[in-house]
Amino acid sequence: MSAATDLSASSLPQSSQLWLSQIWAIMRIELKKALWMRRSVWIYLIALGPAAVIGLHAINSPLGRYCNISDDTTILATIFQIFYLRGVIFFGCMGLFTWLFRGDVVEKSLHYYFLSPVRREVLATGKFLAGLAGSWIIFGGSVFLSFAIMYGHFGRAGADFVFHGPGFGHLLAYLGVTLLACLGYGSVFLALSLAFKNPILPGAVVLLWETFHAVLPSLLQKFSVIFYLKQLCPVSVAPTGIMALFTVVAEPVSAPVAVIGLILLSTAVLACACLQIRRTEISYLVD
Amino acid sequence: MSVDNRIVFEDVSKFYGEVLGVNRVNLSLPPGVTSLVGPNGSGKTTLMNLMTGLVKPTQGRISVLGLTPDQPEEFFRHVGYCTQFDSFPKGVTGYEFINQFLRLRGLSGNDAHRLTLEAIERTGMGNAAQRKVAGYSKGMRQRIRLAQAIAHHPTVLVLDEPLNGLDPMARAESIALFEALGKQGLHVIISSHVLHEVDKISDQVVLMSYGYVIAEGKIHGVRTEVKEHPMQILVRCTAPNLLASRLFSEDHVVEAKLNQDGRGVLVRTRDAEQFYLLLNKIIVEEQVDLQAVAPADDDVNSVYQYLIGGGGGTV
Repeated sequence: MSAATDLSASSLPQSSQLWLSQIWAIMRIELKKALWMRRSVWIYLIALGPAAVIGLHAINSPLGRYCNISDDTTILATIFQIFYLRGVIFFGCMGLFTWLFRGDVVEKSLHYYFLSPVRREVLATGKFLAGLAGSWIIFGGSVFLSFAIMYGHFGRAGADFVFHGPGFGHLLAYLGVTLLACLGYGSVFLALSLAFKNPILPGAVVLLWETFHAVLPSLLQKFSVIFYLKQLCPVSVAPTGIMALFTVVAEPVSAPVAVIGLILLSTAVLACACLQIRRTEISYLVD
Repeated sequence: MSVDNRIVFEDVSKFYGEVLGVNRVNLSLPPGVTSLVGPNGSGKTTLMNLMTGLVKPTQGRISVLGLTPDQPEEFFRHVGYCTQFDSFPKGVTGYEFINQFLRLRGLSGNDAHRLTLEAIERTGMGNAAQRKVAGYSKGMRQRIRLAQAIAHHPTVLVLDEPLNGLDPMARAESIALFEALGKQGLHVIISSHVLHEVDKISDQVVLMSYGYVIAEGKIHGVRTEVKEHPMQILVRCTAPNLLASRLFSEDHVVEAKLNQDGRGVLVRTRDAEQFYLLLNKIIVEEQVDLQAVAPADDDVNSVYQYLIGGGGGTV
């Protein structure tokens, strides 16, 4: 064996180039796990839930016989904000992102990463990006399917709405908001999975925070992911029922501020996760 | 020898809560094969995990070839660690297991492929490399982990119980590999319960008990330091009776026992150097035909028994 000589520094990429290649290698490993592991089946099922409901609606009302595009646009917006953002994407991200590190701990394989020449921050970033890509493929795909079914069942009128009306812009906005939701919730759940052995309880606290953020003072609302996401949705949905009574109307923010705010929030949370992973030791026995 | 060519522990302690892992360890290990020897719970694995950054010391400093695990890009270019954890990422084949972690080093696909095949070849896993690791026997899992640890050509190879689960043929091949690596100037740190096997290849030993290093160094040196147990030396010659009678008159000779075959004598002495001088003198004076002289307890197993106790052999 020629020691480490033929793997000397000169034959390997340096610094940022090395980090990029490592992030890519980590993403390949993790994306494969996230998309194909048996454990992800329930995530696919909940992701397909809203599309299945819209599919039933389409079957009941072929070619929009008993409905109209305007009403269905509002229904789709409600489904997106209530079911997708607060249900499917929230819980799906919880399942995907908390498992990125916890999965390796449970399978007792995290040490292989820790024994590689990879900075822990690079590892966390690679895993996070893999989770982000995986979750966007799953949930973005589901949103696209829901959108296609919702407007597809109107036939030519639906096609006109999408390609000659505001529909295509709505689709891009929904896919963008889905990506930002995965970014925001993903970073929170990744950090929680590193800070807590069982992230379910803190996850429930986050769920309460996100659900009832509207009744919080205006300043605190800015520390929730859903606050920014709502601002970016193409069709607004006003709160109804008892929530409407307690809602504190926070000063709205512009789309660029909402995007930047969410990215900053996620970056801050990820930075905390990186600090945590730097301190992490391998002690599978106590896990 | 430069500190940058050594593995150095400076006053290192590790506590898991209130449980002691290792305490006040000071070591400076040169290249070659070093065996960590001690009973279960003595701190061998903790020492290896500290060395590779899997756990962090409660106090003290560790450097490997002048590097620390806080510089992972450089550190793990030189270090390979085959842990005792018998676990793998789900669903991987032997080939994927090695290859995907080589890709993390920033290697191109071709280089990673070449090194993967080379490591698989060296550990004799060629026939099973494309099968899922989940279907491997314990010995095969051990070997594929070894392949993964050596695939990047480390200069420091840390092996936690590397002979566990291996059949006799694979054990012999692994031991030969470790010995060859040690002779090439690599640091090979091995923990093993099979003392007589590590004894054959060890350049130095570190004996551990209850989290403390109780002895370290070359085996002969460690054995010499164990004054309370006289050295045992086997002498094969044509006149063992005469030799035994001459030896009895010396103060440092504690015992001289004739072999059952009548062609040798086992001597226990408190001063080996005096004994060898005396032996030379007797041979010349009595015209004794000397056939062999060999220390009988100058090995890891004996040192282990004297310092730690237990049955020896397989601890």
